[in-house]
Amino acid sequence: MNSTSKSKHLWNLFWKLANPKVFMGWSGRWLPWLSWLTVLLLGSGLIWGFFFTPDDIRQGSTVKIIYLHVPAALMAINGYLLMFIGSLMWLIRRQHVSVLAAKAAAPVGMTMTLIALATGAIWGQPMWGTYWVWDPRLTSFLIMFLFYAGYIALWAAIDDDDTAADLTSVLALVGSVFALLSRYAVLFWNQGLHQGTTVSLTDGTKQENISNVFFLPLLLAMVGFGLLFLTLLLIGTRTELRMRRLKVLEVRERMQ
Amino acid sequence: MIQLFARDIRLAVRSGGGFGLALIFFLIVVVLIPLGLSSDQSALALVAPGVLWLGALLACLLSLDRIFGLDYEDGSLDLLATSPLPLEAVYIAKAAAHWLTTGLPLALAAPVLGVLLNLSFDAGKVMCFSLLLGTPALSLIGAFGATLTLGVKRGGLLLSLLVLPLYVPTLIFGARAVHSASLGQPFDVPLIMVLAISLGAVAILPFASGAALRINLR
Repeated sequence: MNSTSKSKHLWNLFWKLANPKVFMGWSGRWLPWLSWLTVLLLGSGLIWGFFFTPDDIRQGSTVKIIYLHVPAALMAINGYLLMFIGSLMWLIRRQHVSVLAAKAAAPVGMTMTLIALATGAIWGQPMWGTYWVWDPRLTSFLIMFLFYAGYIALWAAIDDDDTAADLTSVLALVGSVFALLSRYAVLFWNQGLHQGTTVSLTDGTKQENISNVFFLPLLLAMVGFGLLFLTLLLIGTRTELRMRRLKVLEVRERMQ
Repeated sequence: MIQLFARDIRLAVRSGGGFGLALIFFLIVVVLIPLGLSSDQSALALVAPGVLWLGALLACLLSLDRIFGLDYEDGSLDLLATSPLPLEAVYIAKAAAHWLTTGLPLALAAPVLGVLLNLSFDAGKVMCFSLLLGTPALSLIGAFGATLTLGVKRGGLLLSLLVLPLYVPTLIFGARAVHSASLGQPFDVPLIMVLAISLGAVAILPFASGAALRINLR
């Protein structure tokens, strides 16, 4: 099988997952493996990062919070992106799995945002001398947290499932535009204390920002957080699908 | 569409509560801030742009759930949906009426209330101007939020929760313009950004709101 037909195959598989039955079968088969891989990678990444990397000369061991902070922040943003894509796919193709994945992504992403904010605050207290500053990055994250909260609250408020799916998807699309706008407005509003992006896979031309001693466990933790996100997302989506089925069964029961 | 616009304005003006209330609320906020903060003139002048913008924003929020709520309950929104007028136009007419009865008076009142907060006359002019440019965005975004929470019982709090984060960019640029003006710095860039947000809202939100209305009336 050459590479183009292989990618086509993957693409077809992706769209087949829109069928709830196929999705349940596929995710049920992969979930245990995924969970164990998450435990393995995340555990080894964190343990390596926490116990087997040298302390920073100036920052001491507080620097090690980076192994939680950076991956959580990464997943918080990706969670929002996933929510956006899931909502868009639902509005275009009317596939329930995609909107339920968006619904499941929101609380996970919101928790990741909270982890990033909290670990940042804990690190900021000894390093910057304060738990919180109104720095653009921090502020953007707080605003993103509010967007997550609004999305989840709208889901919770509307009784009818399909109406809720439609309205939250519209909100997610409009909200994404305004979230992006807020990001740049906040940059305009205040210059920051937060350092720029250190870890980047794309600009290999630049000088090495971070030593491999720290980068490898960090990479492991990032992949681990990614897998953790995927695992929680699959569990969440499966739960939502099952709840839908349960509702249908209850209605059927009542009609008999 | 024009008739609907005129009808909404008449309703807002005559049916007590709404038209005057937002202004009074704005006044109360501005009165409470010095009481809670301090009566120090220079400190007040420093926070005045932000306080006035926040006050206008919150006053705008008060009347949002009326934009569609009453029409949804008594069924006139269903009638509007079956009329030849597209729901996007209904949304625009209603948002425009909301702006004319809330945003415009707030913008005109802001420089006067600015006196209470030791805002200079020049900065007051910019305040008025920035609100004139920014309140259309507030009305449009707010009306969009109102279409989302239409079917929700007691959706007022939820509406605020949805709409306030969307207000962030407008608030930042609007308050920044006045702040720069009060310091004697150039303020054209933030003002242009406020205008851009308003125009962008006119361009995008009717479609999102029309879709949301159609979903709710299904």
